[in-house]
Amino acid sequence: MTIEVEQPSVELSKIAVSETHGEHSPYFAGWKAYDEDPYHESSNPSGVIQMGLAENQVSFDLLEEYLEHHPQEASWGKGASGFRENALFQDYHGLQSFRNAMASFMGQVRGERAKFNPDRVVLTAGATAANELLTFILANPGDALLVPTPYYPGFDRDLRWRTGVNIVPVHCDSSNNFQVTPKALDAAYSRAEAMNIKVKGLLITNPSNPLGATIQRSVLGDILDFVTRKNIHLVSDEIYSGSAFSSTEFVSIAEVLESRDYKDSERVHIVYSLSKDLGLPGFRVGTIYSYNDKVVTTARRMSSFTLISSQTQQLLASMLSDKSFTQNYIKTNRERLKKRYQAIIGGLRNAGIDCLEGNAGLFCWMNLSQLLEKPTRECELDLWNTILQEVKLNISPGSSCHCSEPGWFRVCFANMSEQTLEVALTRIHQFMEGRKTNGGNLNF
Amino acid sequence: MCSFMFQPTFQSSQKQKRFGCFKTFALRLHSMLHCDYFKAQKMELMLRNQEHFLSKIATNNGHGEDSPYFDGWKAYDSDPYHHTKNPKGVIQMGLAENQLSFDLIQDWIMNNPRASICTAEGADDFKDIAIYQNYHGLPEFRNAIAKFMGKVRGNMATFDPDRIVMSGGATGAHETMVFCLADPGDAFLVPTPYYPGFDRDLRWRTGAQLVPVICDSSNNFTVTRDALEAAYKKAQEAKIKVKGLLITNPSNPLGTILDRETLKSLVRFTNEKNIHLVSDEIYAATVFKSPGFISIAEILEEQDMEGINRDLMHIVYSLSKDMGFPGFRIGILYSYNDAVVSCARKMSSFGLVSTQTQHLIASMLSDDHFVDKFIIQSKHRLAKRHGVFTKGLEQVGIESLESNAGLFFWMDLRRLLSEATVEAEMALWRIIIKEVKLNVSPGSSFHCSEPGWFRVCFANMDDETMRVALRRIKTFVLQTKGGQEASAKKQCRRQSLQVSLSFRRMEDIMMTPHLMMTPHSPICSSPLVRART
Repeated sequence: MTIEVEQPSVELSKIAVSETHGEHSPYFAGWKAYDEDPYHESSNPSGVIQMGLAENQVSFDLLEEYLEHHPQEASWGKGASGFRENALFQDYHGLQSFRNAMASFMGQVRGERAKFNPDRVVLTAGATAANELLTFILANPGDALLVPTPYYPGFDRDLRWRTGVNIVPVHCDSSNNFQVTPKALDAAYSRAEAMNIKVKGLLITNPSNPLGATIQRSVLGDILDFVTRKNIHLVSDEIYSGSAFSSTEFVSIAEVLESRDYKDSERVHIVYSLSKDLGLPGFRVGTIYSYNDKVVTTARRMSSFTLISSQTQQLLASMLSDKSFTQNYIKTNRERLKKRYQAIIGGLRNAGIDCLEGNAGLFCWMNLSQLLEKPTRECELDLWNTILQEVKLNISPGSSCHCSEPGWFRVCFANMSEQTLEVALTRIHQFMEGRKTNGGNLNF
Repeated sequence: MCSFMFQPTFQSSQKQKRFGCFKTFALRLHSMLHCDYFKAQKMELMLRNQEHFLSKIATNNGHGEDSPYFDGWKAYDSDPYHHTKNPKGVIQMGLAENQLSFDLIQDWIMNNPRASICTAEGADDFKDIAIYQNYHGLPEFRNAIAKFMGKVRGNMATFDPDRIVMSGGATGAHETMVFCLADPGDAFLVPTPYYPGFDRDLRWRTGAQLVPVICDSSNNFTVTRDALEAAYKKAQEAKIKVKGLLITNPSNPLGTILDRETLKSLVRFTNEKNIHLVSDEIYAATVFKSPGFISIAEILEEQDMEGINRDLMHIVYSLSKDMGFPGFRIGILYSYNDAVVSCARKMSSFGLVSTQTQHLIASMLSDDHFVDKFIIQSKHRLAKRHGVFTKGLEQVGIESLESNAGLFFWMDLRRLLSEATVEAEMALWRIIIKEVKLNVSPGSSFHCSEPGWFRVCFANMDDETMRVALRRIKTFVLQTKGGQEASAKKQCRRQSLQVSLSFRRMEDIMMTPHLMMTPHSPICSSPLVRART
């Protein structure tokens, strides 16, 4: 016979009960709406179209074609005995062949304007893990990283949640196309100082998410000068480097370092992943490339918590070391993304909507500020909700990206078929027409 | 002036062909050759300044790689045994890997091309698998894992797929568990001896502490209530907040399983103290001899456990040992606490299992016929290996802890120590590495309170290597024994001398140093001391 006893609720950690995981952001609320009512061409044509997920689905056929022609290499390498070796391989250095292939691929993506040493490539399960890991290495709890706004909402979790590190935003605005300026950097640094927070680094995303634009060489130079002056680290998240519409328009921090003879490069670290450029987010392939030996060693040790499956390393080692495949892939992927971009920009313009001039990424940065009753975050979220519930499009509100100017939205275009994109554009067009006939009545 | 320059800044392993290491060394050499004192000083300063440039976590020793546990691996890396190419090399017996049943898996792979998205048969799934990044994991993967976990426990417990959370190997699972359950400074009780990796996995980035629960050979290293209470009290006195107890069952390094009564007492203990119980069951399918494995999951279903707070119960699992897939990084967190499942799932974003691998495993583990056959065969082969080694050692008088699980056994070399100290154990270990050419793991690296125990892995080699290893141990022991027998004869004579001397006055005895019979006396020196010099 048992007696019901009131159990004292057991405590979890502070990290566990905090909200820093960030899932209550509207960024994710829209995903839930999509999950509950997902668009499908035939079975659910009036469902929500997912335009809040930055995925690249435009070039899968190329990958599938590769696999069709190279089944052996892609699988276990040397056939039957290859499996065993592969399954046992847990060295945190990663498969040499894979590191070589990654280093070579990263060089190709940059038009060979920068070379990467395989021994500096550290592997992690996705860029999510890479960014968190770097933060653990570069900053102590309570310290801060400067991050230019608007930025990828996931950073709030990845950089802060378990590390206890803060993000101090570097405010950028549309007056100069949201570019980072030395003035904004200095202002952010001073703000941190005033709050008695120690700044340990600056994290930039280049090409930018959510802007969909590359950072200009001169700005990269300013950024390098700034971090050198303040003696802090620079993390350049180049996850969209292969998604720049033209190879020459993207300038990597690696190139700028090269032009400076790698002087002071020990403060620079690059994050990369195959989730966007190759469209393989499920495989969890991230890397940290650091010019700092101690960071490489430590990051490698820490990667024990987040290694890439050796099975996946094998597949990608084979794929990425096939130079003719990668050359063709990079070129074709760029062309298709550019075409998509032009299609969406054109469609939006026809609907009377302007976007920031972009040249990279899987999304465009759309300006709907003229539709806001008042230039506030609340009005932006109202508009966002309207678009979600009535136009049935999940797009991401700028405020979830910490944009200081209300009214901007990130719209993804590479995670759907061309037909679906057309349907989305038609809906937007209808929505804008509807607003005109209502005489600008914003209570839709 | 130039001597300080040969000290490495950080430990370099043979395997690490880092560009940076050579650069540092080359720079130092350059400085030395030019004997420019000031230049060298400046560089030394620059490298030291780096220490403040990075976080405390980055610059402390929390990575745990300075343990002798890894020194042996380095010795192996620089001189690895190979049948033909390097027959005198070091045999790796410090790596707990299961390599005995790959043939079964390879057969399955050949016969099931659909499981791989890289084959013609499986390629249709490629795209869907490649874009799936939901941290819940593929439903078929979770279902397959839940079913497998049940089978491995003889279907004495069932697992809910919705409580299965992925992580980057068990390594990632342990760290995530601590992040969920403890704040920096909080502690987990861990029975000794324990897996050296815990020092890093549970503490490094989390800031948590480990408080050892001392176990010893007097009762075959069983965890007693007294030992738990003692450890808990010690933590309280040091004002350390204990948040949980971590057990590894089957045990690494002991190779033993916990019996029903002990498990229940652990559950009651944690329940009374209102602390978490984390059961690492990574070796669950390696129990090769009766008694059968009892999981904490099974205990929770028992009648007299109804009043237990299930929110305190959690299991860590992985396929690295049971299946032999350490490279695939399949770590599992299973919690009876909804909030922990929810939190751990969010954290799993930092260490998800590649969907390519999820897909393969889902396919493989849902093949009931294959799984049933595999589990039985694997146990059979482990039992055989274990038997060959332990019996072989018995023949030369080497005992090991009686065990029925794991990929290793716990070897007792206490009587070969010159003295019962960690130093003597390390001295013996160095001899075993350098002269016997076997990398075994010293008990001190597992925080064992009794010197002289060594963990010997037996499942990570083929039969030929196993025979060579056994031969080497036997030879070493017999050589040592020969010396010991001679020494034992000396011991006999001295003892009779001692008896006749007992009639003399104490002061007289004290005045004659050559008759002093302490165990540390050089007269009774162990052959090992001789071997060293």
